[in-house]
Amino acid sequence: MGVRSWFEGWPVYRQLTGTDPLGRGAAAKSDGSRALTARTDTADSMARSVCPYCAVGCGQRVFVKDGQVSQIEGDPDSPISRGRLCPKGAASKSLVTSPLRQTTVRYRRPYGTEWEDLDLDTALNMIADRVLAARDETWEDVDAEGRPLNRTLGISSLGGATLDNEENYLIKKLFTAMGALQIENQARI
Amino acid sequence: MAEAHPVGFQWVMEAKRRGAKVFHVDPRFTRTSALADSYLPIRAGTDIALLGGVVRYILDNELDFREYVVAYTNAATIVTEEYADTEDMHGLFSGFNDDNATYDQASWRYEGHSQNRTTRDSETQRETAAGLENESHGAPVGGETERDETLQHPRCVYQILKRHFARYTPEMVERVCGIPQEKFFELARAWTENSGRDRTGMLVYSVGWTQHSVGVQYIRTGAIIQLLLGNVGRPGGGVMALRGHASIQGSTDIPTLFNLLPGYLPMPHHANHPTLDEWVDSIAHPGQKGFWGNARTYGVNLLKAYWGDAATADNDYCYGYMPRMTGDHGTYQQVLDMIDGKIKGYFLLGQNPAVGSAHGRAQRLGMANLDWLVVRDLFMIESATFWQNAPEIETGEIVPERCRTEVFFLPAASHVEKEGTFTQTQRLLQWREKAVEPPGDARSELWFFYHLGRVIRERLATSTKPRDRALLDLAWDYPTHGPTVEPSAEAVLREINGYDVATGRPLASFTEMKDDGSTVGGCWIYTGVYADGVNQAARRKPGSEQSLVAPEWGWAWPANRRILYNRASADPDGNPWSERKRYIWWDADKSEWTGYDVPDFEKTKPPSYRPAHDASGVAGIAGDDPFILQGDGKGWLYAPTGVLDGPMPTHYEPVESPVRNPLYRQQANPTRKVYTHPINTLNPSPPQEHSQVFPYVFTVSRLTEHHTAGGMSRTVSPLAELQPEMFVEVSPELAALRGLSHLGWAHLVTSRAAVEAKVLVTDRVTPLRVDGRIIHQLWLPYHFGYEGLVTGDSANDLFGITLDPNVLIQESKVGTCDVRPGRRPRGQDLVDLVVDYRRRSGNLVHRYPPMVTTDVADSSSDQEA
Ligand code: SF4
Repeated sequence: MGVRSWFEGWPVYRQLTGTDPLGRGAAAKSDGSRALTARTDTADSMARSVCPYCAVGCGQRVFVKDGQVSQIEGDPDSPISRGRLCPKGAASKSLVTSPLRQTTVRYRRPYGTEWEDLDLDTALNMIADRVLAARDETWEDVDAEGRPLNRTLGISSLGGATLDNEENYLIKKLFTAMGALQIENQARI
Repeated sequence: MAEAHPVGFQWVMEAKRRGAKVFHVDPRFTRTSALADSYLPIRAGTDIALLGGVVRYILDNELDFREYVVAYTNAATIVTEEYADTEDMHGLFSGFNDDNATYDQASWRYEGHSQNRTTRDSETQRETAAGLENESHGAPVGGETERDETLQHPRCVYQILKRHFARYTPEMVERVCGIPQEKFFELARAWTENSGRDRTGMLVYSVGWTQHSVGVQYIRTGAIIQLLLGNVGRPGGGVMALRGHASIQGSTDIPTLFNLLPGYLPMPHHANHPTLDEWVDSIAHPGQKGFWGNARTYGVNLLKAYWGDAATADNDYCYGYMPRMTGDHGTYQQVLDMIDGKIKGYFLLGQNPAVGSAHGRAQRLGMANLDWLVVRDLFMIESATFWQNAPEIETGEIVPERCRTEVFFLPAASHVEKEGTFTQTQRLLQWREKAVEPPGDARSELWFFYHLGRVIRERLATSTKPRDRALLDLAWDYPTHGPTVEPSAEAVLREINGYDVATGRPLASFTEMKDDGSTVGGCWIYTGVYADGVNQAARRKPGSEQSLVAPEWGWAWPANRRILYNRASADPDGNPWSERKRYIWWDADKSEWTGYDVPDFEKTKPPSYRPAHDASGVAGIAGDDPFILQGDGKGWLYAPTGVLDGPMPTHYEPVESPVRNPLYRQQANPTRKVYTHPINTLNPSPPQEHSQVFPYVFTVSRLTEHHTAGGMSRTVSPLAELQPEMFVEVSPELAALRGLSHLGWAHLVTSRAAVEAKVLVTDRVTPLRVDGRIIHQLWLPYHFGYEGLVTGDSANDLFGITLDPNVLIQESKVGTCDVRPGRRPRGQDLVDLVVDYRRRSGNLVHRYPPMVTTDVADSSSDQEA
């Protein structure tokens, strides 16, 4: 390193001679930070998304690197949010990549004191068995006057309001065909 | 709003920068109050008294926007002489039936109408939350009305309103709400001065208004003010419901609610809707004006979407397959039925009632008495681990070895691991692209329900039982893709939008729907979201490249319209009320409505159009009737039918209140939904004795850093770190009174539970002078529970279950309690403490507050003696 480059590497020199007299930008930058690139620059892809918390509906850009979410930022194009996110929206990456997330099926048998593992397909089939059995045991064809009821009151459901419209649509469609009436949502609450 | 909808609040700040005055009314001083021009502390549960005061101020000083009011509201409509007001009946309206605590609404009808055309009696309407059906359209009334446009007729709505609100004086507002009169005048003056031809004012509310036993009437009062001031259907006006979850609007539009089908069609009722004709006629009301005349079309398109080729004209489009309601099948009824052992299986789909619903103990005991429970969530939430970690384990009420509930926990895909639409506040649909595959066994609800349906249909393939036909005939062939065999969300959206059966062409508008089975449409109000075969909800034209209305960002129902009833932004002749507030107007040269938004009116119907005497449906709407989904085309200051607790809002005390109603002898909403069940104990309130055992008012709300029951925030480290602990805010005065010390512990006690929290002594909550005495209020966040990175007692455990009669939403924004220093007792001592409070309040044997208290004139504050 020559004296000149050593001298030019001194932030005060850059501050006095450069375009950053207050020393808050380029003048103060270290070699270390100069070498950094934003995760948004190196992402393999970006998905246009929406914050999953409140109903303001702030736009999000979800950056992906090697099949993993590498960053979530506010979408500056959104006329609703203009790129901003609140603490919750800004924590979305921590939400989706949280180490606390459950990624396997867990099963607690009746009177059990511990969780057990269960294969997803087995769980789906066991649930189908139980739904059909509950439906059969509690089925009501007609009321006292012979008018149709076509239903079961043995099955209940309560959904959150972060469900997609398409999901709610299939939930309601399947349960209705099944005769399950007691389908509710956070929207009641 | 700054707390719970922070990024939305930037627009309030933009408005403030341009001169708008911002008022914040809240029991507690929040981040919103800090940024408002003026803050009004209020006693929780008294908003109708405050707003009623504003209505009176407007009418007394004739500050209403008279031209708008006469032309666009029902102010001039004359009401039958059978109607009697709360003024004459100590707080009840005419038609009250003591036997079932409901109103016969017949005497509320318009003059000349033989009867209101409801097919269901009021009790059935309450049991089935029929008010919700009116989210997209008004309650049915005939279109022909008698009017006095001078507004002088003693029985015109304007005069009735004036009389009804006469006692809501500034003194009364002060006495009921604890708001000083000068503060009230400041609000009333600013609101009226900033409304009219040149200016509009906006009202914003959230669940602080809905979660009350009179929640619907809170919002009605706001709507009355906005109609009187001409603030509906105009830019910068309106009543804005800030919804608290990403797609809670979507969850009512395409409901997973027991009483609704997509597009606000009612779920059939066994007695009222035995056949297709009776079902659609009960919605369309033959002869009625407005767009609901086409109810048959919407109903048939839904049935076709459900049962596809099997649904034909000959079999009434499989209407016979539909399950029928017989009464209240709502979430709180279900929980009580679980406790009573009537329900076998329960699905929880991204929902955590152990923390998020009122009366947490009832929720957990209900879950502990099932055959099986399926929990689908991102995280191990309290509702999945109640058998392990609930507070009832400590009290011995739940013993794992004796709890039979079989629990399946299935991990869910997050919002970036699936595609689909949310419908946000403002009815805006936004499509999310999928960024990554979900990890491990995590799947979307779309995947789970599609495959559950597939497996069930395979099991039943050879069944000959009639009950299984509805499942076997179901149109359930969605294309799938990818390694997890994920069904196509776009294919589902296309079905929701609707298409022509013969050609498969997506419909552009619900006006293209046919009632002969030749079109299919899963949710008529969403038709157009897939117009031209394009996913309109995925549009992302930058806001900077669009007008302020930004019509090319996402898609709003109906028809991508951003302001509803926007015909009202023009005067009766079709001209803008003012240049400043120009939005939609009649272009006489082109003979069509035009403007910055999609007109909420038939495009070529001129302002001068007048319907023929017997016109019905859309043809019955005059060219100057902006409220096209109302039977009479008018905005309703007075509801002649459809609102179960009265044609006009009335201040009733919350079900749990330390105060005798200062306005009427009638204490609380006489038509509220009450559950008499041993677990649902309520604190006594005046005129009952012993209310002083629970002398304080408490309310709950959100923190910016947490989300509802905490399942998506107490599990996320940055958020958990920002708000790590359950706390209670108390005023310095209350802290001194009860010996509470800052950063020490306190516990709150009700008839249901005792809950502990760290004490934050702060003047953000302030004692209020109410009816001559000091009322202390406490505030808690309701986000905490026993799982996650940060834990604490759940505030919702404190509440009992009482519901609004119109929509069956629980009163969980106000209750009474006692507060004591120190931590709560544990185990049996905790049970003993709560039982002791119940004993002291005379409620060991489950006394319920009387529904009607008009015969009790014992209160010194009763001014009707
Ligand atoms: S970023 Fe904040 S304000 Fe925006 S949608 Fe998410 S939670 Fe709501």
